Amino acid sequence: MTKVLMKGNEALGEAAIRAGCVHFFGYPITPQTEVPEYLVKRLPEVGGVFLQAESEVASINMIYGAAGAGVKCLTSSSSPGISLMAEGLSYIAACELPCVVINIMRAGPGLGGILPAQSDYSQATRGHGHGDYELIVLAPASVQEAVDLMLLAFELAERYRNPVMVCADGMIGQMMEPVEFPTEGRGAPLQENDWALTGAEGRERRIVNSLYLTPEINFAQNKKLKAKYEEVARNEQRWEIYGGDGEPNDLLVVAFGTMARICKSAIDDLQHEGLKVSLFRPITLNPFPYAACKEAMDALSPNARVLNVEMSMGQLVYDVKLAAEGSRPIEFYGTAGGIVPSPDEVAARVRELVRGKAEVG
Amino acid sequence: MAATEVVMAGFGGQGMLMAGKVLAEAAMAQGLEVSWLPSYGPEMRGGTANVTVAISKLPIASPLVTHPHALLVMNLPSLEKFGPMVKPGGVIVVNRTLVKKDPERADCTVVHVDARELATDAGNARAANFVMLGAYVGASGIVPPEAVEGAIEAEFTGGKAKFVPVNIAAFRAGLAEGRQVEASS
Repeated sequence: MTKVLMKGNEALGEAAIRAGCVHFFGYPITPQTEVPEYLVKRLPEVGGVFLQAESEVASINMIYGAAGAGVKCLTSSSSPGISLMAEGLSYIAACELPCVVINIMRAGPGLGGILPAQSDYSQATRGHGHGDYELIVLAPASVQEAVDLMLLAFELAERYRNPVMVCADGMIGQMMEPVEFPTEGRGAPLQENDWALTGAEGRERRIVNSLYLTPEINFAQNKKLKAKYEEVARNEQRWEIYGGDGEPNDLLVVAFGTMARICKSAIDDLQHEGLKVSLFRPITLNPFPYAACKEAMDALSPNARVLNVEMSMGQLVYDVKLAAEGSRPIEFYGTAGGIVPSPDEVAARVRELVRGKAEVG
Repeated sequence: MAATEVVMAGFGGQGMLMAGKVLAEAAMAQGLEVSWLPSYGPEMRGGTANVTVAISKLPIASPLVTHPHALLVMNLPSLEKFGPMVKPGGVIVVNRTLVKKDPERADCTVVHVDARELATDAGNARAANFVMLGAYVGASGIVPPEAVEGAIEAEFTGGKAKFVPVNIAAFRAGLAEGRQVEASS
């Protein structure tokens, strides 16, 4: 396979087709509109369905229906649109249906702005709809990884019968990078199963429903879901460690997505100054790799600091604090509104912290 | 080798994002790592638009840069915004047709080109973006000129294939200007 230069949003669309998904329901919103734009051209070529819904609320409920009917399906939006999908996501998770949702995050809250942000971290990993349910959340840091994680997203959605969110920011959606698609043509559809509504002729009828008025039955369903999320947490944590050369480091940066790449440049620059800094990048935001993150902190030199950097006012930082288990303070540096910290700004913050420590110690 | 970063900026519609894409394609064809990061604010034709192209032998860390190695500017607002940010020793290509001001960067190689005039001579004033790209490639040697011409051919296909000759002619006109500056510096 040769590499092609592609926009993140378009590559996400192509990756869905390669994963065997030919059903898309969505509504345009900057900075993700190239996803539907790409699919509206491509899906008819592969005999698929592209439907522009009247709203994000409609899109997610079409996904509910398509997933219930047993087809691989995708919707895509950006922050305010994802908020509108909250109710539907709760229903889909409750009914244990597989689907993939792309969120190309933009600045918030409210209508916010169209520039990149990471301020939907808490929404993706904790929030959105009501009730005890979780999404599996994958966060790419490059266009190639966006493709790889889309393929994984469809796999995980089917294996665990759960919605999976691919959570990137506007920068990954808009930038072009060389990308290679690991599968030729169109992947397999959903496997035969015992839950999809495919017509009950000649067999027992199946029901997709999330209404359990009997408390005990509802509780049992909640316990079943919880057991599933625990299984996902055991099996599916993914992360990357960058820099540091395995030695005890002066500082650990924790960041995800685009922000992690910017931090890598800062780390490279700091290395030339003799500062040993490493990066911990969660790839699965949910399940969060707590143990691996703690291990990276424990490998630091005794007085080393941990700096969490994100394009938000502080959301990932709560998971980093949970990972630390109170073992050390966690410093935070973040921006919002579409302001993206530069490698220089991150490096300056790191220098300040390391120097500050030297003065105290 | 660290990445070489190029900021290409102008009014929306002047084709700097397209020229950046062609540069990225040309570098990719040389087996290099590339990233193409556009500004995507509420831009419109006549507003400002810019793109950052990073080229490297190694995987590119940050696609966003504060101090690029090169700057190609079609208009004055872009020069004023990005001119002071270029790394010392960098290359600045200025469209003399629209920018009457000098970048005042004695520490950089500055190439002034009459992008519109050269593009008009090449057959179409709208190919000014490729004059600019040619001047940069000529002054920097960042990629072989043949790679850029190949990328232009690959980019303009079907109904747009008719623009290939004029775009390549514009690119070559810029290339000659850039090479003169490189030779004299």
